[in-house]
Amino acid sequence: MTKTVLELNGVSKIFPNGKKVKSVLSDISMHVQEGEFVSLIGPSGSGKSTLFRLIGGLEKPTAGEIRIEGGLVRGERGRVAYMPQQASLMPWLSVSRNIELALEIAGMERKQARQLALEWLERIGLAGERDAYPHTLSGGMQQRISFLRALLSPQQLMLLDEPFGALDALTRLHMQTWLLSLWEADRRSVLFVTHSIEEALLLSDRILVLSAAPATVVREIKVPFARPRSEELWKDPLFNELKLDIYSLLSPVQSPDPMK
Amino acid sequence: MASKGKFHLIWPPAAVMAGLLLIWQIVTSTFNIEEWILPSPYAIGTEMQEAWPRLMEHTAATIRITLLGFGAGTAAGFVLAALLHFIPGARTALYPLLVLTQNIPLIVLGDLLVIWFGFGLMPKLILLVLVCFFPVCVSMLTGLRQADEKLVTYMRMIGASRSQLFWRLELPGSLSHLFTGLKIAASYCVISAIYAETIGSNVGLGVFIRLASNGWETSRVFAGIIMIVALSLLLFGLIAGIERLTLRWQVREEAAGQ
Ligand SMILES: Nc1ncnc2c1ncn2[C@@H]1O[C@H](COP(=O)(O)OP(=O)(O)OP(=O)(O)O)[C@@H](O)[C@H]1O
Ligand SMILES: [Mg+2]
Repeated sequence: MTKTVLELNGVSKIFPNGKKVKSVLSDISMHVQEGEFVSLIGPSGSGKSTLFRLIGGLEKPTAGEIRIEGGLVRGERGRVAYMPQQASLMPWLSVSRNIELALEIAGMERKQARQLALEWLERIGLAGERDAYPHTLSGGMQQRISFLRALLSPQQLMLLDEPFGALDALTRLHMQTWLLSLWEADRRSVLFVTHSIEEALLLSDRILVLSAAPATVVREIKVPFARPRSEELWKDPLFNELKLDIYSLLSPVQSPDPMK
Repeated sequence: MASKGKFHLIWPPAAVMAGLLLIWQIVTSTFNIEEWILPSPYAIGTEMQEAWPRLMEHTAATIRITLLGFGAGTAAGFVLAALLHFIPGARTALYPLLVLTQNIPLIVLGDLLVIWFGFGLMPKLILLVLVCFFPVCVSMLTGLRQADEKLVTYMRMIGASRSQLFWRLELPGSLSHLFTGLKIAASYCVISAIYAETIGSNVGLGVFIRLASNGWETSRVFAGIIMIVALSLLLFGLIAGIERLTLRWQVREEAAGQ
């Protein structure tokens, strides 16, 4: 039996908004198993980043409970590896020092962190950039570093918040297959936010479709394709069928927020 | 490449200075201006040469008090900024008080400090600390508050403690603000040290200049002024140099941005 790494039971979040209140998340229940890749897809502004802030312990749920590896999260931080929407690298640290910083904050020894960072930069072919400052790198490269930083962190659960949202289509495609190959070699538990249905289908084991605010899980889709996967998947008729399926769930008829 | 760039920075102001000195020399000699009214650059040079050992003695005293005051004042500014940043509400509560310390005229403050602490090192040091802490404290506070929100969120998500957040993000992120504060403090510090020396001292450039001006030895006054300017530039240059070394990433970022 596989272990449940992340578990949400009836999680709601209501923000005070002047005299009124704003309900952002409503009764969300879901889980991520060990070594499972789960995607969240939902309209913009539906509360996906807010959900991550709750799981990361930056905010407390109004109702419901969150458990990471069995332990209740109510404001405890540091249980997750995190990759934000923008690369968020420290501009004053070199590429390798940026990775080391994340590992050191997660409690790793300085020496070990350095060794691990250099070893992996070599492995992904960025050994030449190890002493470069982040602003000298392309957006795609910065996201690779940002992903590597999360991948090497010792936490079991990785939260990836729309990591490729800011990249151009071609770079995005490369990044998806790159992430896929790295992840399939070392299966961590991933919760992944995206706006791209294709991306979710290519990468995930399961997809959770969220409604517009207040967000709740409207559908869970098991992605049946065997691993290892590649872009070949796009030719599969089932791929297109699932894509249309999800698209209809997100279409403006159900949600007032039109999808791009 | 680099030396050529430096050269381009240095020669225009150097040429302007040389031109001004030349005009000054010509004016003083053609109109036969008395030396006690306006000495020529040549006369000032000769005076400096003659008074060199004594000038050095006084300069050394001024350097000592300047560095002491600058060190203590900027350290106080730094620590105070960190405390005001850390303790919730402290910033709002104490900020007016900080500004108040800067509203007392230096001359009044000097007299009061002499009344309270006598003529020793103490009143001078306190004066310099009061002058130096403020720019450092205020610019640091601004820098600490301007930490990039998305970097703060990232650090908190991965579990950074309050002190890690400070040392790993807020402090390095506010270094350029800190250096701005240090440079302003450096400029004020030398001038204030000169003033502090005049309120109760028997050595230092302040004393040297006061004695010279009391005796109508105007070229001596200018010799003293030249030393003060040199000292200010030196301290400023030192800090700017450390800044360049510390903020190498930013220098390159600016270069990349052009
Ligand atoms: N602290 C807060 N106070 C009040 N409202 C908030 C707060 N944080 C988030 N919200 C609201 O919650 C809603 C969801 O925001 P969130 O950033 O989680 O959406 P999202 O699904 O990540 O959107 P996107 O896909 O565009 O990134 C927004 O309408 C936002 O205004
Ligand atoms: Mg978001």
